Amino acid sequence: MTDRPLLDYTLGLADDALVSAQRMGWWISRAPELEEDVALANIGLDQLGQARTLLTYAGELEQEGRTEDDLAYLRDDREFRNVKLVERPMTDFGVAMARLLLFSTYQLHLYRALSASSDATLSGIAAKAVKEVTYHVDHATHWVLRLGDGTAGSHARMQVALDAEWPYVDELFTPLDPTLTRLVADPSALRDPVLTDVRRVVAEATLAMPEVAPALGGGRQGLHTEHLGHLLAEMQHLHRSHPGATW
Amino acid sequence: MSYHWYRGHVYGNDFGTDAPAQDGQAPAHDEQAFAALLADEDRIEPRDDMPEAYRKSLIRQIAQHAHSEIIGMQPEGNWISRAPSLRRKAILMAKVQDEAGHGLYLYAAAETLGVDRADLVDQLHSGRQKYSSIFNYPTLTWADVGAIGWLVDGAAITNQVPLCRCSYGPYARAMVRVCKEESFHQRQGFEILHTLSHGTTGQKAMAQDAVNRYWWPSLMMFGPPDDDSPNSARSMAWGIKRFSNDELRQRFVDMTVPQSEALGLTLPDPDLRWNDERGHYDYGDIDFTELFEVIKGNGPCNAERMAHKRGAHEAGAWVREAADAYADKHARRTEGAA
Repeated sequence: MTDRPLLDYTLGLADDALVSAQRMGWWISRAPELEEDVALANIGLDQLGQARTLLTYAGELEQEGRTEDDLAYLRDDREFRNVKLVERPMTDFGVAMARLLLFSTYQLHLYRALSASSDATLSGIAAKAVKEVTYHVDHATHWVLRLGDGTAGSHARMQVALDAEWPYVDELFTPLDPTLTRLVADPSALRDPVLTDVRRVVAEATLAMPEVAPALGGGRQGLHTEHLGHLLAEMQHLHRSHPGATW
Repeated sequence: MSYHWYRGHVYGNDFGTDAPAQDGQAPAHDEQAFAALLADEDRIEPRDDMPEAYRKSLIRQIAQHAHSEIIGMQPEGNWISRAPSLRRKAILMAKVQDEAGHGLYLYAAAETLGVDRADLVDQLHSGRQKYSSIFNYPTLTWADVGAIGWLVDGAAITNQVPLCRCSYGPYARAMVRVCKEESFHQRQGFEILHTLSHGTTGQKAMAQDAVNRYWWPSLMMFGPPDDDSPNSARSMAWGIKRFSNDELRQRFVDMTVPQSEALGLTLPDPDLRWNDERGHYDYGDIDFTELFEVIKGNGPCNAERMAHKRGAHEAGAWVREAADAYADKHARRTEGAA
């Protein structure tokens, strides 16, 4: 029988990574420097790789024979389990780096904890991802420092970006389904370590910790912003236009 | 028809002209030593004495090559968000990333000739330096990603493999690595088209349409016929160019026709047939009129490609300024602490 809570948990991790990779892909050819085109492509590729292994595992847990592509391309937005943080547009470099700092710091702590899971597949995926995400955190940290402590203009833009992302941080720490407590990492236990890391970077970047109320969550239950539907329409349209085709 | 205005539009090839006055102003150098290096097929290295015209010609060719890699990110980047499977998405992201890497590599090679990457990029933005015209064609369907890999990268490799033996060391060495990756890209493109041409009716039609649209522009990537290629002789004498435009074009046609048969796709040229006497495929006359229009700026995507590139550069200005300011601050702090 399908372990629905574990499937949803795995889909949550997978969809976070997939949707984030989709947003990151936009930057390739649009970054402020050529080196950054390369770096953001790298990060997007890491996230996409995580999404693929996690979706494949979700397909196995589901036991309905669905592949990574079936799950990525043939689910509607109400079936996606990602947090809202990663799905909103990301066309400002300050926003991209603020979000990457928040998301990758969360992912780093989550994957570290998950690498000790008794679920061998998830622990293996997590152990590999820790190495990748460590670099993402490092990359985002350096940019938040440069932009926060760069020019007066960049400082102001970085603060605006951080403030705009902040309402969506709270959802990262959505409590775990109680049936999974002994099996996987509990996001609600990560609030302190994640925020401690972020606070350190924000302070060093001469920025202020945002004082804004959290946005309503719901991503893990498939309640998303309006943006996800557009993102999926673009991502899925070709695949869906040729039902049953092999690519 | 005069091709003298046919200035630098290809990548891995060079048909441009340098202003003759610059040659006249070149500083004195040891012509005999340079000629001896070339005669021995030795590599010219950055520290070596070289004619000013050789240096300028190389800068232009390498810069155009770099710019082509960078602008070439756009037509394929156009399909990253819509790639029809996650595996294809990953391959495409990695490919476009490779192109950025090639650009970096080539700008670095150009910098060994005493120019600055930022200046070269400014010249691209202002239109004083060009990029390959092939990237002014749109990628209308997913199959275009395959056609670019198979045909455009295939043509680029044909141009670039001889450059691995070019007389200028840093360019030759850059080409060795670039060619390895391009060859991988070419096979990926072939594989995309192979999958499509063996797929559904709709997929096969998509593949054929892409090949129909990209075939002639790919042949034009080799530049004008040899009779009308003003700089080729000089580039050959300098050991930059090893084969003529028409020789390379023929090599590409001979390589590609059997591959098209393996794909089960046709090439849109009724005159294409094997010539036993020549030991090569004959092909129809190339109508360069369209290419000249594209070079003049009237191609389907010239304005979009430049607007995208300039737009990204301008949107990133605040980021680069911040990075500079941050570096300055920290350098001062480090000095203050010392």
